Amino acid sequence: MAAPRKLSMKQRYAALTRDLDWDLSYVDEDTAYPYTSFEGIKIHDWSKWEDPFRLTIDAYMKYQAEKDKRLYAVLDSFAQGQGHLQLTDPSYLNAMKLFLQGVTPLEYQAHRNFAYLARFLNGPGPRFAALCQSQDELRHAQTEIHTLSNYNKYYQGFHSWNHQHDRVWYLSVPKSYFDDAVTAGPFEFLIAIGFSFEYLLTNLLFVPFMSGASFNGDLPTMTFGFSAQSDESRHMTLGLEAIKFMLEQDPDNVPIVQAWIDKWFWRGYRLLALVSQMLDYMLPRKVMSWKEAFELYFEEQMLGGLFPDLAYYGITPPRHVEHAIAEKEVLSHQVYWTLYQFSFAAGFTTTVPSEDAQKWLAEQYPQTFEKLYKPLWDKASAVVDNGGRYFYQGLPQLCQVCQVPMLFTEPGDPTTICQRHTEFEGERYDFCSDGCQWIFEREPEKYVQAWLPVHQIYQGNCGGPTVPDVLAWYKLQPGDNGEIAGNVEQTAWEAWHATSSAEEQAPAPVAGN
Amino acid sequence: MTQSTRARQVGVDIQETEENRAVVEAIEADNADCAVRHMPGLVRITSPTRIVVNRESVEQRLGREWETHEFQLAIVSYFGHIAEWDDDQILIQWDH
Ligand SMILES: [Fe+2]
Ligand SMILES: [Fe+2]
Ligand SMILES: [Zn+2]
Repeated sequence: MAAPRKLSMKQRYAALTRDLDWDLSYVDEDTAYPYTSFEGIKIHDWSKWEDPFRLTIDAYMKYQAEKDKRLYAVLDSFAQGQGHLQLTDPSYLNAMKLFLQGVTPLEYQAHRNFAYLARFLNGPGPRFAALCQSQDELRHAQTEIHTLSNYNKYYQGFHSWNHQHDRVWYLSVPKSYFDDAVTAGPFEFLIAIGFSFEYLLTNLLFVPFMSGASFNGDLPTMTFGFSAQSDESRHMTLGLEAIKFMLEQDPDNVPIVQAWIDKWFWRGYRLLALVSQMLDYMLPRKVMSWKEAFELYFEEQMLGGLFPDLAYYGITPPRHVEHAIAEKEVLSHQVYWTLYQFSFAAGFTTTVPSEDAQKWLAEQYPQTFEKLYKPLWDKASAVVDNGGRYFYQGLPQLCQVCQVPMLFTEPGDPTTICQRHTEFEGERYDFCSDGCQWIFEREPEKYVQAWLPVHQIYQGNCGGPTVPDVLAWYKLQPGDNGEIAGNVEQTAWEAWHATSSAEEQAPAPVAGN
Repeated sequence: MTQSTRARQVGVDIQETEENRAVVEAIEADNADCAVRHMPGLVRITSPTRIVVNRESVEQRLGREWETHEFQLAIVSYFGHIAEWDDDQILIQWDH
């Protein structure tokens, strides 16, 4: 008898994925998979779905366990070595709070919806890929919470992120984005999250966040981020596979997919407005500007690389992409200026950028910063010099689709606020941009249901009529919000550093004691 | 025609670690036209044509067996299409 031959990766993948599938005999296919026809996508042969990773369950478990082991080794040494003292500046944690409040709950949502795909896609290949992604996303949610809980021991503001995700005004931006995706059908979800978010835009979210962590002395977040991001490569692949699969299966799928790309590019891009200000303003030590990141990760890689590839199928670059490109000079400044004025009601703190930071901004944005935004900061500084702090009194108008306050300007005119509106069934709805208006007009019945935080406050659904009532309903505690300078965060940081230097001066303990 | 004339970049971002140094060196050796850029915590490799990772080249530099699945521990992100991933090599390039 010949010795058993080791199977190749290709054979193992075929054996452990497709060969374990069986033909249904008790029920017909439509009964078992009832959700893959109503969106109009036509699939003729599910076996054509390819997973380039050729991942099998044994390999998946082995490498995921290794990734977790590496991460927890770093978390242990962080806890044992007083790693929180390595932070460049306490204000850095604002970026992490925003991440925990805004992104972590989305990981959990992704986990749930990929679990649904793992049950309801017709082919065993995509079902298995979705199952792996579902597990990954649960791991991301858990490891993010676990990693950042280390800061919760020393710093304010990490206590109620999940409660806040469902309530606080700026967090309705990521929440409504993902709610929109999970309430779509399975194919649209694959384009929305698998393709647009994971492939087209994820680099703009994760890589700057993680490089920012690395640059600002936050080793655990960097490690967690790269650990999660290594799964992300698989998710990007699933997204790209999904889109190619749909486009190859039937020419009738092309216009449907194109409309989803158009919609989900703009939805994702508006969500990233929060990331733009994080890169340019929240990180004490800057990694790269939003403009540079956008050019590198989006214009070069996606418009220059991906879209010429998709042109083969008749796909064109997303609608309204020219507005995103034009906005790269102004986006982050407009967003942070708004957050600065409203941070009394936020789960993070803001401040006037330092002189060094403003110099850096002027270098990165030679055409816009000094002319348009420096004067605003000069004004805000003057208020601070006189012992005050400028906060906006009142609530902002929100865009009905992206739910960002209406702070964006007209394409090509950075001094005029862009406002669009559409009437639907006798009511007026307002939008921040042509992109959001177009999305609304495709599916008005969906977006009229939006839970807009400002409207909800006025309707009396958010704890009461006064600002303190609303903040209590948000579970914001003193020190979570407002101005950075003089905040408990800074006091805590200074206290920790004072203690640590005192200890350094003390005689070192004898080894073996 | 086998010679590619496309100037569309493909790329891969790899976590900067001791072990991955061997992976990065193997990629540099096997992809004459690639460019390497160091960013905080990661190494970014781009190429105007394609990027190939060969198991044997990595094993030579690592001095131990290395299965291509292990690349999952190294990769942070990529752009391009994973055209091949088998026991001996990983190939990233655009399809069309
Ligand atoms: Fe994730
Ligand atoms: Fe993901
Ligand atoms: Zn909008």
